[in-house]
Parts: sequence; C-alpha cells; structure tokens
Amino acid sequence: MNQTAASSLAHADAETSRALVIKNLVKEYTPGKPVLSGISLELEARGITAIIGPSGTGKSTLIRCINRLVDPTKGEILFKGKDLAKLSGKQLRLARRHIGMVFQEYNLLERLSVMENVLSGRLGYVSPFRAWLRKFSEADMQRAFELLDQVGMADFADQRADALSGGQRQRVAIARALMQSPDILLADEPTSSLDPKTSVEILDLMTEQAKIRNIPVVINIHDVTLAKRFADRIVGMSSGHVVYDGAPDGLQDEHLKAIYGGEDWLS
Amino acid sequence: MSENTANASFMEKRTWSRFTPMERTARFLFYFVTVAAIVVSAQTIEIIPEFLMDAPEQIGDMFNRMWPPALSYYPDSIHEALLETIHIATLGTLIALILAVPVGVMVAENVTKNKFLNWFGRLILVSSRSINSLVWALLFVAILGPGPLAGAFAIAFRSVGFVGKLFGEALEESHKGPIEALEASGSPWFSTMMMGYWPQVLPTFWSVALFRWDINLRESAVLGLVGAGGIGVALNTALELFYWDRVAMVLISMLVVVGLVELLVTQIRKRII
Repeated sequence: MNQTAASSLAHADAETSRALVIKNLVKEYTPGKPVLSGISLELEARGITAIIGPSGTGKSTLIRCINRLVDPTKGEILFKGKDLAKLSGKQLRLARRHIGMVFQEYNLLERLSVMENVLSGRLGYVSPFRAWLRKFSEADMQRAFELLDQVGMADFADQRADALSGGQRQRVAIARALMQSPDILLADEPTSSLDPKTSVEILDLMTEQAKIRNIPVVINIHDVTLAKRFADRIVGMSSGHVVYDGAPDGLQDEHLKAIYGGEDWLS
Repeated sequence: MSENTANASFMEKRTWSRFTPMERTARFLFYFVTVAAIVVSAQTIEIIPEFLMDAPEQIGDMFNRMWPPALSYYPDSIHEALLETIHIATLGTLIALILAVPVGVMVAENVTKNKFLNWFGRLILVSSRSINSLVWALLFVAILGPGPLAGAFAIAFRSVGFVGKLFGEALEESHKGPIEALEASGSPWFSTMMMGYWPQVLPTFWSVALFRWDINLRESAVLGLVGAGGIGVALNTALELFYWDRVAMVLISMLVVVGLVELLVTQIRKRII
C-alpha cells in the first residue's frame, strides 16, 4: 500500500530524500545457509517501521546490514543516492555518520561521562586528535546540552555512564545517536532490557524526537503490542523472509501464526 | 509429554558422573607424569648428603657473621647505589611503557586486523620475555659500556614483553558493544582507539605498569652483579670481600625499599580502580 508512495519518493529525489530501498538482500554467515533470503523493502522517508519476528530470524542481521556492522552477501541498500552495500573505507565511514543507531545493551562508553558519551556521536565529524583532547566545537557542546535537555538527562551531564539505570542509559544513547544529525535512526531491540513502563517511555521519546526531526526510524522489536502501538508500518519476518508487510491494524492472528509459528501462545 | 518422562525415570535408573572414562584416564596420566617428573628431577640434581646435613650449621654460621649489620656502610656506599637502583627501575619502566603500547596494539587481533602484524608483535613480545634481565644487561653492558644506562635498557627490554602482552590481552578482552556503537557512527580508527578502547583498558594499563615497576625495583637490584649499575655493585663488592655484615645491610635496605614500594603501589592501585 505505501510501497508505491515510497518508490515514487525514492525516484523523485534520490539524492536528498531519506527513503531507504533494500533490494534482494541476502546474507549467509556460512555459505549455502542464508539468514536473509532475498529481502526487498522500500521504506518511506518518514515514519516508524517495526520489524517483528522470532529470535534468530535475521531481524538483527537485516538492521545491521543497513549500516554495515554486518556485510551483506548480495543485494543493494540504496540510501541518499548511494548503494550502502558497496561502500568501504572512508566512503562507508562518511555514510555511517548519517545513520544513527540505538542498541539493546545501550553500548555506552561506561567509564566516560554522560557528556562525553553524547559528544562521541560527533566522532565522525571531529579530528581524532581533537576528540582525544575532548576539544569539541562550541556548536557541538551547545547541541549536546540541548539534546540532554530533550532526553531529560541534563542534570546527569557529569555523571559516569556506569552509574546510570537502564532507562537513563538508553536516553543517553538516543541523545548520542541524534548528535550525529542522522538521516535515519536504526534501533536494534532498544527496549528488550527494560521494564514495561520504561520501554514505553523510551519508545515515546524515540518516536517523538524522530517526528520533530522528520527522520525515518527502523525498530527491531519482539514485543508485538509495543510494535502495534508505536509503528506506522509493521514488517513481519520468518526464517529470513518477509511474511507480513503493512499497517499495524492489518496484523491479525493468522499473520502472527505465519510469523512465529504455532498458535497455543496466541490465546 | 510429562507422563512419558515420569515413566522413563521409573524404568531405567539414570546416572551422572563428573568425568567421562576418557577424562578419568587423562587425569590419571597427568598425575602419573607429574610424580614421575618429580622423581626424575630429584635424581638429576645430584644431592650430596654431606653438604645437605651440614646446611643448618652453615646457615647459623652465616647469620653469625651477618650480625650485627654494618650500619655505617649505608651512608658510605649503599645510599647512592640504592637511589641509582630506583632510577634504573623507574626509567626502565617508563621506556618499557612507551615501547609496549604500540606492540600491545599490534598483537590485539580485534584492533589490528592484519595477521602479519599480529604475528610480528607476538614475536617481539616473546623475544623480550625469553631473555632474562641479567642477559639483557650483559648485552647492553657490551653495547653501552658498564653503568646505569645499560641497566635501564636491560630493564626496559625485558619489561616490554610483560607489559605488551598484558596490555594486548586487555585490549582483546574489552567490550565490543561500545566499539561497535562508535564504528556505526562513522568514527575513524584513531578516535575509536582513544574514546572506545583506551578508557576501557586504562585501569589495567596502570595497574600493570605499577606491578612491573615493583618487579623492576627488585630485578634492578641484581643488575650490578654484571656491571649494569645500582645496588648490585655494592652487594657484589661486599660478597667478594666476604663482608657479611655489609651484605646484611644491603639486603635490609632492599627489604625496606621493596616494602615501602608495596605500600605505595597498593595505595595508588586502590585509587585508579
């Protein structure tokens, strides 16, 4: 349904649009055993897309192929007029600057302060020497403070990251990702280590910030209820294939059966 | 399902043992070889019974000659040599740290993704460690002439292997998550090193450095035996002239210094971690 809209967008303004087009993406960790068996997706330049599916079905691999933390075996990932799957070295580094990522285990620099963690989102833009001496520009500093205000962590700027709770860490991680001025935000199970209340708060924050900045978000999530609540579009995966792609309201029990298998758990 | 498993447990008695028969055999062989090695080595060192029986008497005799220690020998000859020893150890450790950091980075396979460099770094570390400080000292005395400089280099070259190996291992054991997060944001290699790896390995690095300084103080005390400066020279002179009371004074001075360093290092380490 929104595929047509997405493809017209992608073609209309390939250079600047934030649409993401994945074509026939294959990933094999061991030859002959594909984890992703030819995924094709067109994501609009805005909105929240949730990828759901059982553990080990390739959700994480898919999202990690986009910023090349995992190297795809075959296929294309078109974003802002470039095929991300073909980039390497400096080109890849420059492309990655515009892709923010939030992780399940937060992946903060534990022994550094909250402020240093947020500023580390600028590492792609700052020279290594200045980064080492923490000589970030005045503009970067102000941005970091603004972002800390927006994620509600301004009072913690000088605290060490390892002194924070899970929810607080994820807030800092979101601020770090936004510090990159990303054109797209990827989130790999961002709430799986958090309690239900904090999970909702984190997803609220992430979707709200993305909407303000008008950037698309791709979230891997195994909580179907949360996915339906926050996403504009749901992609259901099962053993390396897309088996559902559409609006959250359209997701019925039969689809969930196809995605996760069995039916005892549904009642 | 659950009924079936319940039945199965009635029908056959299930057993569990800690080791498989194969593991039991291997463990027996290990103990057997250990005992055999002790027996064989005891035979090769050729213990002479008369000398062994005589030992307590000899020890008593030596203590007699050592007591009282020659206190006046301290200001005369020990003090300066002791300071020189501390300088050799400290300078040697500093040089070692500077040399060990790049080699440690080179051997860490997650940081340096080049098999040849990994292998080359490992070769440097193994060569450094396979040669004893005294042998390094002999080499540097031959190159630089006798004196404390040869001692400092001997200490440095022996320590590179130790510090480099532990530093490299700390790099390899650092958490992958934060590194991945930095790489995903387009951070260049050196920035990832300084912001991602360095803060993670910093406590280990300083704790290894302090530990090595502690070891080096003790090692540099004997370097004088081969002419590489320090308190070993004073010890050597006293030993050769059979001034056992002076030997005792040298040993007591070393004991005090090592004890003080131990206290200092423990205090600093508490603060770093």
